[in-house]
Amino acid sequence: MGMTITEKILARAAGRSRVSAGETVWVNADILMTHDVCGPGTIGVFYEQFGRHAKVWDPDKVVIIPDHYIFTADQKAHRNVDILRQFVREQGIRYYYDPDFLHGEGMPTPYRDPTKTSYKGVCHIALPEEGHTRPGEVLFGTDSHTCTAGAFGEFATGIGNTEAGFVLGTGKLWLKVPPTMRFVFEGTLPDWLMAKDLILAVIGDIGCDGATYRAMEFAGEGVFSLNIEERMTLCNMVIEAGGKNGVIAPDEKTLEYVRSRNRSGKPFEPVFNDADANFVYEKVFDVRRLEPVVAKPHSPDNRALVSEVKGTPLDRAYIGSCTGGKLTDFRAAARILHGRTVRIDTFIVPATTEIEAALKTEKYNGQTLEEIFLAAGARLGSASCAACLGGPSDTFGRLNAPLTCISATNRNFPGRMGHKDARVFLASPLTVAASAVAGCITDPRDFLC
Amino acid sequence: MGAIKAIMKAIIRGRAYVLGDNIDTDQIIPAQYLMLNPAIPEEYKQLGRHALSGVPEAEGGLPKGHIPFRDPAADGSPYNIIIAGRNFGCGSSREHAPIALNAAGVEAVVAEFYARIFFRNAVNGGYLIPFESEQRLCEEVRTGDEVEIHTADSLLINRTTGDRWKLKPLGEIAPIIEAGGLFAYARQTGMLRS
Repeated sequence: MGMTITEKILARAAGRSRVSAGETVWVNADILMTHDVCGPGTIGVFYEQFGRHAKVWDPDKVVIIPDHYIFTADQKAHRNVDILRQFVREQGIRYYYDPDFLHGEGMPTPYRDPTKTSYKGVCHIALPEEGHTRPGEVLFGTDSHTCTAGAFGEFATGIGNTEAGFVLGTGKLWLKVPPTMRFVFEGTLPDWLMAKDLILAVIGDIGCDGATYRAMEFAGEGVFSLNIEERMTLCNMVIEAGGKNGVIAPDEKTLEYVRSRNRSGKPFEPVFNDADANFVYEKVFDVRRLEPVVAKPHSPDNRALVSEVKGTPLDRAYIGSCTGGKLTDFRAAARILHGRTVRIDTFIVPATTEIEAALKTEKYNGQTLEEIFLAAGARLGSASCAACLGGPSDTFGRLNAPLTCISATNRNFPGRMGHKDARVFLASPLTVAASAVAGCITDPRDFLC
Repeated sequence: MGAIKAIMKAIIRGRAYVLGDNIDTDQIIPAQYLMLNPAIPEEYKQLGRHALSGVPEAEGGLPKGHIPFRDPAADGSPYNIIIAGRNFGCGSSREHAPIALNAAGVEAVVAEFYARIFFRNAVNGGYLIPFESEQRLCEEVRTGDEVEIHTADSLLINRTTGDRWKLKPLGEIAPIIEAGGLFAYARQTGMLRS
């Protein structure tokens, strides 16, 4: 019996010629990533367990990306960034993306020029942009959306503080090898359908626990015709089905992206399924039969076709996060927002400073994306996780009242974006933009066809 | 670090707090409290004060609902055993979630099954014992019932009603819980030098 991509990566990381689903193995980490919310607790575990003068297993394999609570006046949030800074100094960690405009008390001023700071923003998008994702590697991160990096043909999964503290000291972690569920998309996407529609359809199918303890592999023409950012959206949301990791076999697009970003020049070896690899589940979707979808409140698997909930009144629209805050997402939104105005409060939050800078240069029909969004009446925030997960009450775009919001983010359990009686519909950036213009849930085809 | 490690007692005894399906980590500890650093003992305790504060009122303390998990003025919760449905702890990877439950005094959760990151965090951190039920106990047990978990026999006894329910054996996580978490287990088994 052959091996899946996930089994092959884990076999290599365990120093074994083969592993099978269900086996428990100790694997070596290639990268450990942490951020400002789980970093301080992880650092606490590390020093408590390995001693106050302990050193991390490899300072060049630890990547620290503050991104959650940056643009807030909360003093504990600022203190947490200081804890990261001190750890980076003590350990000689090279890959640290500091919000260097953040110091002392009060609300940080959003920087004028994001290209002139080492701050990056949302870790899952910053990791590939800064060259920390490579095919065949094992990435652990203290964030559930670490699975995003599976789009690069690697094994990437979220872990807690205790496990991350263990990895910091040893470079190793025990894992149960997951069986793989395979989702094949035949045909190419029409220009009103996005990766977000595909993954919401999958989660609606299998439920928000349908992939618990399993790997989810995406394949087929519908996937390989997508650009890297859209592939990241697919893998990003596998955790919303309970998945351990998402994975897409690397192709030329993957290799070109990774080579152009792999500044360290670290060698990597792509991994592919064996012809006789064993899948625990396989489902084929015909992309031409799919329609734009939403996940209704209060669960990412509460799928409905946009056409079924069309006209639902909305108070707010939100485009941002590791799921919906990439350049591709904003290019899509601009196609609809260009020359139109929004009827409801609309918040735009780029995931990273690189994307934030691109909004000022990338053009659609002669206008920059930023000009389009501002002319439409949307509000632009600074690169960070912002209101995707609520956060402190002064977070940009947070739902501080029981509002109804349509959002390009990833999760809509009660309270996720702030107020626990708020109602959140998840949708593609195209559907969010169309709904922002109409003030109610709207099919993007109404504007694009 | 302020943690009271989950102890594999022969019998875990106490009052049940009942919840439904898909109790995600935002409901267990809302994101506005994540700036609390669990490595600082005082902040570890504070996380307990906000445990389960994200659960909508009607969904908290089933079957009736509208039963708060804890009195904000008191330390800890009167409920030390949580009974829940499917996919408990789904959502984010925040270890603050099992920590908040531990700091509020929860010793065990009995759910149909767990989201895997929460499950690993609970076991590896040694914060609480995550049992899996064979039946849908969140529709059988009522909030406030006096229950006992007999760990060796994988049995839950409802002293209020007299019902007895079989739980799934803890299996391969039992030695990690018995050791007190991932680090203690790794030292016991020679993975880490003590």
